[in-house]
Amino acid sequence: MNDVMYLFLRRMRVPLVLVIMLYTVSVFGLAIVPGQDDAGNPTPGMGLFNAFYVISYTATTIGFGELPHPYSPIQRMWMTLSIYLTVTGWSYAVVTVVGLLQEPAFQNALRQGRYARRIRNLREPFYIVCGVGETGTLVCHGLDRLGLRFVVIDSDASRIEQIKLEGFQADPPTVIADASQPGNLTGAGLLSPHCRGVMALAVDDAANRAIAVTARLLRPGLPVMARVGDANTDHSMGAFGGDMVTNPFERFSTYLALAVARPERYRMGQILTGFPGDDLPELHHPPRGHWIMCGYGRFGHGVKEALTRAGNEVTVIDKLHYGEEGVDIEGTGTESASLRQAGIENAVGIVAGNASDLKNLAIALLARDLKPDIFVVTRQNQISNTSLFEAFHDDLCMQPSRIVAREFLALITTPLLARFRYEIRGASEKWSAELAQALSYLNAGYVPELWGVTIDTEHAGAVVDAITHRHWVNVGHLLVDPYDYEKPANALVLMVLRGDDSEILPTTAYQLEVGDRLLIAGSREAARRLELAMNNPNVLYYVRTGRERGGGWIWHELRSVKRRWIKHRATRGH
Amino acid sequence: MNSEKVIFGFFITLAASLNFGFWTGEMDRIELHNVWELAGAIVVSLIATVLKFGDRTQLGAVHLATSLVADVQLIAGAVIWTWAATSPGGLTPADMALVVSMSGGALLANLISVVLMISEIITARR
Repeated sequence: MNDVMYLFLRRMRVPLVLVIMLYTVSVFGLAIVPGQDDAGNPTPGMGLFNAFYVISYTATTIGFGELPHPYSPIQRMWMTLSIYLTVTGWSYAVVTVVGLLQEPAFQNALRQGRYARRIRNLREPFYIVCGVGETGTLVCHGLDRLGLRFVVIDSDASRIEQIKLEGFQADPPTVIADASQPGNLTGAGLLSPHCRGVMALAVDDAANRAIAVTARLLRPGLPVMARVGDANTDHSMGAFGGDMVTNPFERFSTYLALAVARPERYRMGQILTGFPGDDLPELHHPPRGHWIMCGYGRFGHGVKEALTRAGNEVTVIDKLHYGEEGVDIEGTGTESASLRQAGIENAVGIVAGNASDLKNLAIALLARDLKPDIFVVTRQNQISNTSLFEAFHDDLCMQPSRIVAREFLALITTPLLARFRYEIRGASEKWSAELAQALSYLNAGYVPELWGVTIDTEHAGAVVDAITHRHWVNVGHLLVDPYDYEKPANALVLMVLRGDDSEILPTTAYQLEVGDRLLIAGSREAARRLELAMNNPNVLYYVRTGRERGGGWIWHELRSVKRRWIKHRATRGH
Repeated sequence: MNSEKVIFGFFITLAASLNFGFWTGEMDRIELHNVWELAGAIVVSLIATVLKFGDRTQLGAVHLATSLVADVQLIAGAVIWTWAATSPGGLTPADMALVVSMSGGALLANLISVVLMISEIITARR
């Protein structure tokens, strides 16, 4: 029995005892009091059984009338008393039940019970999302689009209400709780074998740190993504052994700088971490030369540094930080004087990077006015302002929450991607452009899916079987359409991880071994077909040799007998 | 002194003693067994059952189980009595023996309840 049942029974004790007692008094009394027969002669009482029958239908207000004979006056007197007694007893019991149902504690127990049951019944891979602010909501939508289940924890009741109204394909279990408490995380299914990852997106860094530590200690090896705003926290969390931590400010400035300085590599990164099925990101060609940077906060520093490193000349406009090293002009950028002073006539680009969306839009509008062909980069802070930014037609718009959400999603659903990105961190523009080109063909002009496969009996049974029987399987074999040997599959093996060694973009001749981990990009259909090829021995045989093979055991045996016979004849012939 | 314990102890003991009062006497002698005593035993047994609702301890669960057994046996006895008494032949000594044996079974359950209660007291004292 669960909490709700116990609470209910405990609270029903007094009303039930009262009802039993009132019944007893009524039944015993009615059984004793003398009645009369049809002729009006006095008779002894109607007895216990008849009395119980009469009281039962009277107390429940069914009321069959005076049975078995019309009553004597004294019986009627007793009945009148009984009616009031029993109806009062029932009413009291009903009122208690109604009161119990409305009680917040009971409602809470009911909700908790339902939530715990849903978590227990989650029998497919799921993720725990702690904190559903703007980024958390985006992550939830991303998971939902990928068809993955998730559990939502947030200590803010209004956010939970909001997430319930979002309209997901599968309703996520939600709970109002502080995720930094270990008990609440385990309650959300942290210890469940189906839990595939935890995303800490709570408002404050301390909570995210606590979540990461809890997950790290209770489920070693489980991917944990934590968002932290403080640059120092990033390093201290790293000490907990390979947790993936995203610092949105740092990421944001790195990306912005990358977008300006290395547009091809930026685009490739965008394709890799994009939501599968989205339109491919466009390629921007930000000009080189004189740039104006408005806003010199935490990530303004990063942008300026990256732009300077890429060989640009940067003039910084800021009001708050004027006087600090690096700020050239005092002003907000929303007045033409400061922009003229920064040399907008000669500038090729402007970055509006304040924490306020309206300020950024004002800067962008003014800059366009002063110099129509200037390259405008805007920072969008709030999702709700998307329509304003779309109306402006900026050259490049970056949303911190979207960046974090995409990154979290891509890395937590395919942990190998983190390694891949680490390996290609210094990629050249040419290499990036080629990879981006190859990736863009895979899914007919949309962002391809990325997935990881481990060569083991569970995920690639046929491949393991073939390798152990010394039939070599190459990367090229997996990239053949299992329905038509002549055609390539819409897939690309990005990386093979063997032990701790990685092979980036392996050639088709690369031989696979048991235990290899593959990072593959491709269309959803290609993923399905590849899974078939890796698990069905006959399909694998076909992609390896281009020949069909009969399925059953008998044909197998007959063929091997035939092979042996041919071999036998050949040796005898010698 | 805990009033909840007093009330529960009272009802458990009363259920056992009323049932004993009904059960005692030769089985097939109708005049030795009183219908009111049986009715009283049923009512008290039902109350004792309700009092154990919502107890999460192991002992509480066993208490609930034994009282439910007593309820079922006593109610079965009462149904047999009513059936026999309203049938054309009236209550026979054989019927009465059946009713009394039912109440004897219930008495065993009542006694287990009492033993459980006493053992609970002893462990609490330690």
